[in-house]
Amino acid sequence: MPKIKYIEHSGKSHVIDVPNGLSVMEGAVQNNVLGIDADCGGSMACATCHVYVKEEWFNKLPQKEEGEEDMLDLAFEPKKNSRLSCQIVVSNEIDGLVVDLPEKQA
Amino acid sequence: MINTDVVIIGAGPTGLFCAHQLGIIGLKCEIIDNLDKIGGQCIELYPDKPIYDIPAILECTGEELTNNLIGQIKPFNFNFHLDERVEEIKNENQKWIIKTSKGTKFNSPNIVIGGGVGSFEPRKFSVKECEKFEGKSVFYSVKDKTIFQDKTVAIFGGGDSALDWAIELSNNSKIILVHRRDKFRGVQSNVDKVKKLEKDGKLEIYTPYQLTSAKGNTSLESIEIKHEEGEIKSLKANYVLGFFGLIMKLGPILNWGLNLNKKTIPVNTENFETNLKGIFAIGDICMYPGKLRLILSGFHEGALAARGCFKYARPDEKLRFEFTTTSKSIQSRLKIKK
Repeated sequence: MPKIKYIEHSGKSHVIDVPNGLSVMEGAVQNNVLGIDADCGGSMACATCHVYVKEEWFNKLPQKEEGEEDMLDLAFEPKKNSRLSCQIVVSNEIDGLVVDLPEKQA
Repeated sequence: MINTDVVIIGAGPTGLFCAHQLGIIGLKCEIIDNLDKIGGQCIELYPDKPIYDIPAILECTGEELTNNLIGQIKPFNFNFHLDERVEEIKNENQKWIIKTSKGTKFNSPNIVIGGGVGSFEPRKFSVKECEKFEGKSVFYSVKDKTIFQDKTVAIFGGGDSALDWAIELSNNSKIILVHRRDKFRGVQSNVDKVKKLEKDGKLEIYTPYQLTSAKGNTSLESIEIKHEEGEIKSLKANYVLGFFGLIMKLGPILNWGLNLNKKTIPVNTENFETNLKGIFAIGDICMYPGKLRLILSGFHEGALAARGCFKYARPDEKLRFEFTTTSKSIQSRLKIKK
């Protein structure tokens, strides 16, 4: 099962086994990783599952849809490597993905 | 003081359909929402996006669903109290006294919380100093545009709210429009207008920049914005407007003595009552084993919560189960003429 590493803003990290097909957001929410709110439940409508993807991984992920980029306009402190974690689907290709969580979601 | 059978908090699809079910069984209700329009997340987050999983509706948008739900409760003439947030509730003689941000007071044996994930509030700047200027030099909506006359206004955001105000205020103010990326997500006609205003020297556009600092003693004097690549610019500005959409916050609900599980309220699945007698929770805000965050689940929850309200609103009566197809009393409540 792919392992995803979530690093909280405080530096505390969690390595979670997330089944293929779930989103990186679901991997966090279902395993009590704090710092990802996902208020809208994963419909790309709230920007509260915002994460920063480690540089070496950013270009390996499938590209953002325009709707995701639009929502990132509303995220708390967006950066170049920002993504919405509900839009990153876990697969063997992203085994070992590392994401940093923002200080807060809003 | 408004006396009623049920106060519904939240005018989203779940609250609206619960109102319908209350009307069907002959109860009155008053509906309160913090937004200035009816429809909740459907209208605020995805008015134009299609929904495909409403039973028997092949496809509809959030706005269409809302309009149909409003149409369905029209015969009951329930009152809406929009742009009002419930601030306080207290229990007096087996009834709930409910007070809103505008000072409206209700007296009701039942409260149904159909609050989604909380009430919508503007998203704010992450820059700490902005708090100091909020409501004086930093705003997240425009109440009185005359204060900007002949001043320098820095507008942040890439959607239509930001573009609309940039265009409107550029008539009488110096406008600085700042956005985190080069592309604006507003409608093309608005984007064309601001580009033309920039060309004509009526406004300045800075992309991809974000706010990093706001300076001034009592009122704002200047701001600093930072380019994606790190370069920092200092600009004079009297006012800052931020348009980053809305975020859902649980707000005062946290202080009402309800059991909470993260941002949700545990309920029983018989009538969706919470740990407090006469307070029910339905839709996204409620939690029980197997909970699905679907609109259709909210409809079911609202129908059962409405029956739960009946026993407190009409303690001496027994609710008889009836179908809308055959019940004369329901059809008369629906004002159906045959």
